[in-house]
Amino acid sequence: MNDRISHAPPDEQHPMMNLMGVAKYAFLFLLGLATQFAFAAQTVDLERSEISFGFQQQGVPGVGKFNKFSAQATFVPTKPETTMARVDIDMTSVDLGDKGWNQDIQTASWFATRQFPVSSIVVTGGKMLAPGRYESPGKLTLKGGVHDVVVSFRSRIEGGALVLEGDVPLKRVPFKVGDGAWADTSVVANEVSVRFKLVFKK
Amino acid sequence: MTVHRYPTLAILLHWFNAVLLIGSFALGLRMVGMDFSPEKINSYAYHKWLGVTIFGVVVVRCIYRQFKPPPALPSNMAEWQKTASRLSHRLLYLLLFALPLSGWIYSSAAGVPTVPFGQPSLQLPDLLQRDPELASALKQVHFLLTRLLLVLIFLHIAAALKHHLWDKDGVMHRMLPKVKFWQ
Repeated sequence: MNDRISHAPPDEQHPMMNLMGVAKYAFLFLLGLATQFAFAAQTVDLERSEISFGFQQQGVPGVGKFNKFSAQATFVPTKPETTMARVDIDMTSVDLGDKGWNQDIQTASWFATRQFPVSSIVVTGGKMLAPGRYESPGKLTLKGGVHDVVVSFRSRIEGGALVLEGDVPLKRVPFKVGDGAWADTSVVANEVSVRFKLVFKK
Repeated sequence: MTVHRYPTLAILLHWFNAVLLIGSFALGLRMVGMDFSPEKINSYAYHKWLGVTIFGVVVVRCIYRQFKPPPALPSNMAEWQKTASRLSHRLLYLLLFALPLSGWIYSSAAGVPTVPFGQPSLQLPDLLQRDPELASALKQVHFLLTRLLLVLIFLHIAAALKHHLWDKDGVMHRMLPKVKFWQ
């Protein structure tokens, strides 16, 4: 057997390789198409969407935002249980409004962006709490840690476009965001609120 | 020689103010060079709390001064010295007001609100919007005012010592406690 393969003429091997290659790409293409199709109903307008976070240090409120992220979501106000969303955040795009702080927060003690450049949240399902108010369970992957979170949000129509706005309250210590000496929550509070505004394309 | 002292409360507030000022200055000098650490965050917080306290103490001192004016200066003091004393004290008060105020608006421009003693209910309003360029200019103003205050305090101490050691006219004793506990 070994002999046959190793001595097979090169022109016989090529069509096989090509076929495999085509099949592989066709599969990936179809997978991509399927993914697109699954989210085809709604496309998030990233230009108009926002993701930010609020924190407190010594009682002083602070805010930061992420300038780069991608988001896929389906949401039907009458069927919150079919909610599906995935948001990937480029952690290096963090902006605290100060060059020095932007560098500091990307160091190993905080976001460790060299090792964990992306964090993501995956949301599936949900329920309506009150008209226009919803709550969905989600899984947040941040700095290598995965924890359950609860996403609460409101939906509304703004200029004909569906807008979801809400927040994800979380604790930073379980994610090791602010590690070592920074784990002292009397300096930077444990509670962090990630806020989002997702605007769908009309 | 009879010494007419400042009222006890004025003396207490003066020295309390001095201690706060030394603490705030030392902290401010140290914190700017610190590496990003919880200690640095805390130092900035405490520096701001001290600044707010100093401002409060100065307000009380100014009001109290209106009701209980300082004891008269020795009658044999030269007129120019009395004028210099009046002017330098006015400038001292002015700087003691301006310095915390400049720190407050610098903080606002830097995007870090001032929250005295870490109590959210005491948070001071932001007088300015976040503006990094304005913030770095205001930082220089804060530093400049600090240097001016240091020069004036130096003159203030030098003048007090000159009156005590050279003129021996009891001017410095007006601001010292009656009981000489150091003897």
